Order: sequence, then C-alpha cells, then structure tokens
Amino acid sequence: MAPGPVDRRPAGRPTDPITPTTHPTGADRPMATLAKPNLPKFDVEIFQNECLAEGAREVNAIVTVTATGGGTSGGRPLGRFDAVPPGADAAAAVVILVDCSGSMDYPKTKINGAREATAAAIDAVRDGTAFAVVAGTHEARDIYPGDGTLAIASAATRDQAKESLRRLTAAGGTAMGTWLTKADQLFLTRREIAIRHAILLTDGNNEHESAEDLARTVERVTGHFTADCRGVGTDWRIDELRKISSALLGTTDIVAEPSGLAEDFRSMMAGAMGKQVADVALRIWTPANATVKFVKQVAPSVEDLTARRTEAGPRAGDYPTGSWGDESRDYHVCVEVPAASIGNEMLAARISLVLPPQVGGGTPEVLSQGLVKAVWTDDLAASTRISPQVAHYTGQAVLASSIQEGLEAHRAGDVDTATAKLGAAVRIAHETGNEGTYKLLQKVVDVVDPKEGTVRFRKNVSEADSMTLETRSTKTVRVKK
Amino acid sequence: MPQQTECPSCAESMDPDDAFCNRCGAARDGGSAPGAMPASWAAAHAEAVPAQRGPVCVHCGQPSVAPDGYCEACGGAQPRPRDHMEKALAGVAGVSDRGVRHHRNEDSFTVAATSLPGGEPVVVAVVCDGVSSSDRPDEASETAVDAASESLLTSLEAGRDHEDAMRRAIADAAKAVADLAADGTGPTRPEVNAPACTYVSAIAAGGRVTIGWVGDTRAYWIPDDRAAAEPFRLTQDDSWAARMVEAGLMGEAEAYADPRAHAITGWLGADADEVVPHTLEFTPHVPGVLLICTDGLWNYAEAATDLAYFVRPDARAEPLAAAQTLVKFAVAAGGHDNITVAVLPIDPPPVAIEEVEQTPTALDLPIISRPAAPAAPAGPGARAEGDEDDEDYEPTLPDLPVIGSPAAPLPPAPPAPAAPPVPPRPPHPPTA
Repeated sequence: MAPGPVDRRPAGRPTDPITPTTHPTGADRPMATLAKPNLPKFDVEIFQNECLAEGAREVNAIVTVTATGGGTSGGRPLGRFDAVPPGADAAAAVVILVDCSGSMDYPKTKINGAREATAAAIDAVRDGTAFAVVAGTHEARDIYPGDGTLAIASAATRDQAKESLRRLTAAGGTAMGTWLTKADQLFLTRREIAIRHAILLTDGNNEHESAEDLARTVERVTGHFTADCRGVGTDWRIDELRKISSALLGTTDIVAEPSGLAEDFRSMMAGAMGKQVADVALRIWTPANATVKFVKQVAPSVEDLTARRTEAGPRAGDYPTGSWGDESRDYHVCVEVPAASIGNEMLAARISLVLPPQVGGGTPEVLSQGLVKAVWTDDLAASTRISPQVAHYTGQAVLASSIQEGLEAHRAGDVDTATAKLGAAVRIAHETGNEGTYKLLQKVVDVVDPKEGTVRFRKNVSEADSMTLETRSTKTVRVKK
Repeated sequence: MPQQTECPSCAESMDPDDAFCNRCGAARDGGSAPGAMPASWAAAHAEAVPAQRGPVCVHCGQPSVAPDGYCEACGGAQPRPRDHMEKALAGVAGVSDRGVRHHRNEDSFTVAATSLPGGEPVVVAVVCDGVSSSDRPDEASETAVDAASESLLTSLEAGRDHEDAMRRAIADAAKAVADLAADGTGPTRPEVNAPACTYVSAIAAGGRVTIGWVGDTRAYWIPDDRAAAEPFRLTQDDSWAARMVEAGLMGEAEAYADPRAHAITGWLGADADEVVPHTLEFTPHVPGVLLICTDGLWNYAEAATDLAYFVRPDARAEPLAAAQTLVKFAVAAGGHDNITVAVLPIDPPPVAIEEVEQTPTALDLPIISRPAAPAAPAGPGARAEGDEDDEDYEPTLPDLPVIGSPAAPLPPAPPAPAAPPVPPRPPHPPTA
C-alpha cells in the first residue's frame, strides 16, 4: 500500500494524546510544595535508589525538608529589634529553667555564668514574646514575672527580668521534673501561643527525684513544648539530659566552661525566636503489608523518631518534628515492603509534612509531599547501587554510635573495644568530612592513620573533652556536594 | 434494595451484618458511627490519603488509585500512558510496549506523514531506545523522537534530499538529547551517565526508503513473498559485538555470545564523543514492509529470516496489526526489555515490479552509504587487526546485489553481479 495523501502531521506530534500528559521528570526526586503566605514554605526532596533486586524488601530514602521564607522574620536576621506589630498576639513563649542547686556555687563562676547567660538570653527575647524565668532546685520557683504567668517582652520587662536574676542563688537539690512541670504550667496560661520553647540549664544529675518520676513527667509534658538542654561543667549526665531533649524535640549540649554560657544562651534564644511554625509532623503513609522499620532525623543531628509514631489514618503515622524556622533537616526513612516480581513498581511511602488542626477546629494542613518508590529490576548494577545520601547518613549514624559505644567501653575499662570503635569513628569522620567531630575525636585519641582508622587513646584525657565528644557525637554533616 | 458491600465513605468491603465500616467507621447509610471518629480525626484521615475513592487498582482491586497513579491501598503503580502506545497513519504504524521486566517504557517512537514539495506523499517513523544506565533515559528517547521527527518533516517539506534530511535529523536529535544534560534539571541520579538513547528512523516516499541510525536500534526489510526474496537486516549495530565481527576479531556466534555483546559504541547524548550517523537508501523491487525496532524486539529474533517468521503475511496491508503481533511475540518471549517497532508498507514503483518480473531471482537492493569519518573504536586494541579494512567497508549482509532501476540510478560502486546473485544467507544462531 502506498502512502496516500494525508494531512500534514496528523499523529505523533508532541500533542498527540497517546503521549503521556505527565512528564516523568526527575523520578528520583519527586517534589511538591504547598504553602500559606504566613507560613514558611516547606520543600520535600527524596533521595533514594528505588531499584531493588528480586526478592528485596527494604527501601531506604533520605528525606530533605527545607523551610524557607515564612513567618515574621521572612529570612531577615533575628534579634531583639524584630518587634511584632502592635496589637499582634505574642508569636512565641519561652521559659528559661536555671539550675540553682547548691552545687552551682562550686565554683562560684557557675552561678555567675548562669546569671550572665540568662541575662543574654533575655536580651535576645523579641518584643511581644511571652517569657518567664524559673529557678530550679528540688523544687521550681518562678522568679520572673513570679506570679505564675508569662510576661510579655518589652524593654521594661526585659530590664525587670534581668533585675530579678539577683534572686538566682545556689541552694538546694535537683529535681528537673519539677522544673518541667512548672514550665508546663506557665505555658498553659497562654495556650493560644503555638510556639513554646524551654531552655534548661543544669550542672548536675537529677538527685532529688527518681528516674521513673522524671521519665513520667517528661512523658506527660511531651508535645506541650520543645526544650533545649545545656549541661555546664562535667558533673551532669548526658543520657539524662538527652532523654529530656529528645522527647521534647530539642538539643543537648555541653558548656564545659561557664564563661561560654552567655553566647550559647543567646544563640539558643535566637534559634527559638526564629521558629515560625510549631508542631509540624512528618507523616508517613505506607502501603498495605508494609512496615516502617525506622525513621531517624539524621541532620543536623541524629535523633531516632521510630518510637514516636502516632497513627494518622489508614496506613499512615505521624512523627513529631517540633517547630521550624528557616532551616533544613534530613530524615532517613526505612520501609519494608512486600516483595514483588521483576518489572513491578510500587509506592513504598508517601511522605508529607503536616500541621495539626488549629485549636478550636479546622483541618490539618499538608505542607508538602514527596514519594518514596520501589522498582524491582534484574539489572544488578542498578539494584546494588547505594544512594550517596543513604550511604552518607548510614555512615553518620554509625559514627555517632561508634563514639558512644567506644566511650562506654573505655569507661568500662575495655580499651581494645574502645580503640576499635573510636578508630572506626575517626575513619568515618575523616571520610565524610565531619570536621567538627574529627577535631573532638582528636582530643580523645591520637590519630595514627585516619584512612585506616588507626588510633591510640591519649593519656590524661580530660573529662570535659570526653563528655564534649559524647554529647556532640550525634552531630552530622551533610553530603559533600 | 440491594445490600451494599462497600463502605460508602472509604470503599472498604463490608460484611452484610456490619453497620459500620471496620476501616473508617462510617455508617452503612453514609453517616458517622456514633462516637467512633472525632471530626478532626476524620479530617486528618482525609488529608493523609488524598484519594479515598478513585479508579480501581489493577493490582489489588481497591477503588483507591490516587491522582498521581499509585494505589492508596497497596501502593502499586498503575499503568501509564507510555506503557503501551500505538500510532497508525495511512502508510505507517508503530507500537511500543513496556514489556514484562522493566518498570517503565524508556523507548519512544512516532510516525508522521506529510507531502514533498511536488505533492508526493511521504511518511516517516522514528524509534529511539533510552539507555537504561543513563539518567532520564525515558526523557532522552522522547526528546530525540520529537526533535528528529520535527527535523525530518521540515527538511522533507523543504525538498531536501532524503539522506541529507536524515543526517540533519540525527544531528538535531543528538543536540536535543545532549542539551538535556544541561537543561537545568540537573542529574536526578548523579551516579549515572548523561541522558542518552539510541536512534533509528525511516523515510518512505514513492517506493524509495531511506533509513538512518545510531546505536543498536535496527531496520529490517521483510518482503511479502519470502520464498522469492530474502528478508534482511539493513542496519549495522554500533555495538561491541558488531565491531568485533566487523574487525574480523571474532565470529558472529562468538561475538554475540559474549557478555559484552550488547554494549553500544554509538549513542545520542552529551557524553557521546562523536555522533556518527549511518544512513542508507534503497528502492525495493518487490512489495514488502520496512521494520524499524528496538532491541527489545530483535533480541528474540535477531536474524532477518527469523524475525520475518513473525511478520504477518498481510503486514503491508495491515501495518498496525503486524506491529501489534510483533510486540506480542516479544512480550510472550519474555519481554525482558521495552519493545518498540514501526512498520512501513513499501510498494515498489511500477517499473521496478516489471524488472523483478524479468529477473525473478533478483534480490533487493540496498545501497550502503558509509560516513567518511570512522567511528571511535570499541575499546583499546579492539580494532587492532581490522583497521586496514575500514575504508573498504563490506556489508556483512551476503544478499546485497546492486541492481539499477529508473527510480534509483545505479551508483558508481559496488558493481552489480549477474543474477542469480549470492546464495541465501544462512540463518543466525539463536541469540541468548
């Protein structure tokens, strides 16, 4: 049959209905964004190797969540001069919990450092922010404003608050549960304020309260507010503070020298002032017969969220991420899916960021969404490739656990295990360019060969260096570009 | 009233005795169960699952396919438009299929028709195969097909020589694919190569056929009467195996049995050192069809005679049915790769038919045209012994006598042997 005269280009053009309407662009990195004008814009990016070998069931993905350009700061530098408009509701509430136990007097620089630090933090409280200062011992005493409520920050109230710091004197025991309960009560007086943050400073362990009591209190206040914990000196317990900060979605850090407190408090308060949206949850939908093996925040630090799941509808669960300013965090999500035959593709997880319904009604808001996929292939080159991001953060998680296990072995007197673990940590820190952790490791071990991870324990390692290394072991770096 | 078997809210199947859905708690009559679900939870539920009801999933049967094409129950990906595509015009048809073992179709094709400046109709077909180990192979093949077909139609309408039009189309497609690497999307998979694809296309007008190719996508000539005329392959792969054979380093059987056999040595993409377009023009003297296809088809019937066995005898009259049959064959044979084939019915010009009648044993007549530039070697040492043969390119097809006809003037070389020509080509050993 000869080709007959036909109209020009009746088929096969780009507009042909047979061609797909959705262009399969960037299948590895589905991205979606939804935002309201007064909220930060949330972007979700997924990094994964979706290719699985026949019979494989485990799907790993790194979820990068970036919040930009929303709220009151709009990306401008944050500080005390960033006032909220007159008449506007307070945007945030902060409570500073200062350890005033007797030990804070030994040496005297600790209580003085705590006063200075609290003053610096008060200076960083933005006008209009609700705030209070609590002196913590075996009981909690709110020393400013002192009437069981929160003050609203202004030049005058900030001065009054700093004046009241004179009443911060060291005497008594330590029962952090009472401090957290007090903070909770104070926040409850202004429950319309969504962003609620506490800063907890201590120098010792929780001596006047059982671990169970503290755990119960932490459980009770979880979700009510977020908290950063700071340990001053070396007499406090890392695991104790980390339990509090993990539950309350904040950080734990060491301030070995009291003189460093003021700067640390100022930056912590600036961070709290930069938060624009609270109670954001990472919602993970998985298909029928799939299970979420783990969900970890992996940047800026390692934080396991697996056990924090609350059910959110069929096959979906919410993992709390706390409040967000202009920032970016990475999460490692591992899902086990039912095996499928070669050539199949399935959605292994639908990952979104959601805001809970507003107090007094409304609907939850989906801020952004990304897709984790699974594709079964007999192309071994494709299925054995590990996503650089997944590999990197798997390494960072091993780095953190190696340091913790190494130092624990060292305390137990098992130098061989300790040397092996810290050697592995040195190797990973060197490989991945985690310079901060590498430097901290060098204060504890002499590095013979960073590539091989050959190390020797230093003699006379200071307690401060050892504790600093352990406290900051969870800090990660992002993938080198 | 018939008993409902599905939850009116979430479409979960319900027992006839259930008053409320076990999954979402909605009542059979559509209302909420008393105290079962707070409104906020129901709202959260709605947000968590964008589509509670939708098209029925092909995997699990739940009516819960989300707008993005994934089932909200089992997560299964639903068939996509590109998984199976068919296009047909008067004088050309094509079919493309995802196959069995690949999760998406990285092949692309088009068929189109227009008129030459003199008013004669002309049809074109373009088939491209995205290189799986490259980034966005599906986009690469689609981009190449779009650019090449646009280029071909424009050149043909402008009256350009067909081989020249073909070379330009390949150059345009090569540029379009290379540009993908710098389109600002960035590598979605930084660990793999730049977007790339292989290419084959055909022009058919007035009984004359022009083909062009890069890589291992192929063209075959399949005459209607296979007893009187031999089917044959028109293209020479830019592949490791073809190079080994061409260089005389290996026998065909040995080369194609090697694990490296299908490694391609020519492709379109930003990382292609030099795109060497191969073109070929011929005028068949018997009626038949021209096939252009991806390796997803020819892997299962590599030799022209083997492939011809699966080409319907009425292919010239029913090109779409012929293409469908070939794709079905490849899927049934395992469907290991994406499969694409375009079928172009070719009727020889009347005078050529007369000539065939005069010399019934004459076979068909391709005129091989080789580019002047030698292609890059397959690898270090790969061409050590074959280099001197390169200038005197000998088609490996044994059945290529050159017979002049008024439609296709006799070229200066190679000389036409007297009929009857070479013996029939022995069939290839089956490929793995």
